[in-house]
Amino acid sequence: MANPDAVGTVGTPYEMDVTRGKIREFARATRSENPDYLEGDNNVSPPTFLMNYMFWAFGDSNPWPKVELDQQRGLHAEQEFTFHGEPPRAGTTLEATSRIDNLWTKQGRRGGEMTFVTMVTDFRDAEGNLVAEVKMTGVETARPPAEEEQK
Amino acid sequence: MSDTEKVEANLTVPPAPATWTVGPVTRTDFVQYQGASGDMNPIHHDEEFAKAAGFPTPFAVGMFQAGVVGSYATDWLGAANVRNYRIRFQAQVWPGDTLTIGGEVERTYRTAEGEPRVDVALYCDRVGTDGGEPNRAVSVWATFVLSEEQ
Repeated sequence: MANPDAVGTVGTPYEMDVTRGKIREFARATRSENPDYLEGDNNVSPPTFLMNYMFWAFGDSNPWPKVELDQQRGLHAEQEFTFHGEPPRAGTTLEATSRIDNLWTKQGRRGGEMTFVTMVTDFRDAEGNLVAEVKMTGVETARPPAEEEQK
Repeated sequence: MSDTEKVEANLTVPPAPATWTVGPVTRTDFVQYQGASGDMNPIHHDEEFAKAAGFPTPFAVGMFQAGVVGSYATDWLGAANVRNYRIRFQAQVWPGDTLTIGGEVERTYRTAEGEPRVDVALYCDRVGTDGGEPNRAVSVWATFVLSEEQ
């Protein structure tokens, strides 16, 4: 069962490098042939590229395990990326900070309570400007998702 | 950004590209995306793990199809122009599924600073090897800056 006390937990800030090779790998994996990703030196990153924070957030930097979402009944419900200007380019080092932002419940379509949890990660440049925010929404269903497909 | 900061404007938007068909998608596609993103959840590639969790086979990371929709959207409106990209996951994608990706304009406006923008709605539908009715795997709502010279 998700732990409401996790709300407000802030992870230790961590660095994330945006690199040309990782952008190319990500673009190819998402079937893109766009030269803006594949050619040049300071390529822009794809809209969902910041998922790569999973390679950079370790230990206390990632507060998500504190939520204790049930792995058998947990699902990815929504994911949002907001950019304050262009998405980060290759050669940029970002400082990222993740926090457990909110937790709420609602009744599922077929009965049973669903618990939603959001984690927000702020990405700042070397000058401390907020360049991107990433919000992940997870949901824990009353029954395994194989039985209750989330709509 | 709140609605009060937006000024409705009738702006020219490049026509949406033709609907894009991808697949049939394979376990290899899922694994390639997992390696690229760092999400190595075994439920997306380990047959025995997926079955133990009650699924018939591994299924795609939702962010795989959401990322493919992103490739369609940025080919349409420009990779450097995206400002917001919001995904809702609705159905799982299975090995052998064929994906259909498309999108349409919702509205155009200017920000308080006069920057031209467009909101678009995008989707990825899936159909299985049984050839049944397609269903929606992901919906995406995105905001792009419009290039004035277009």
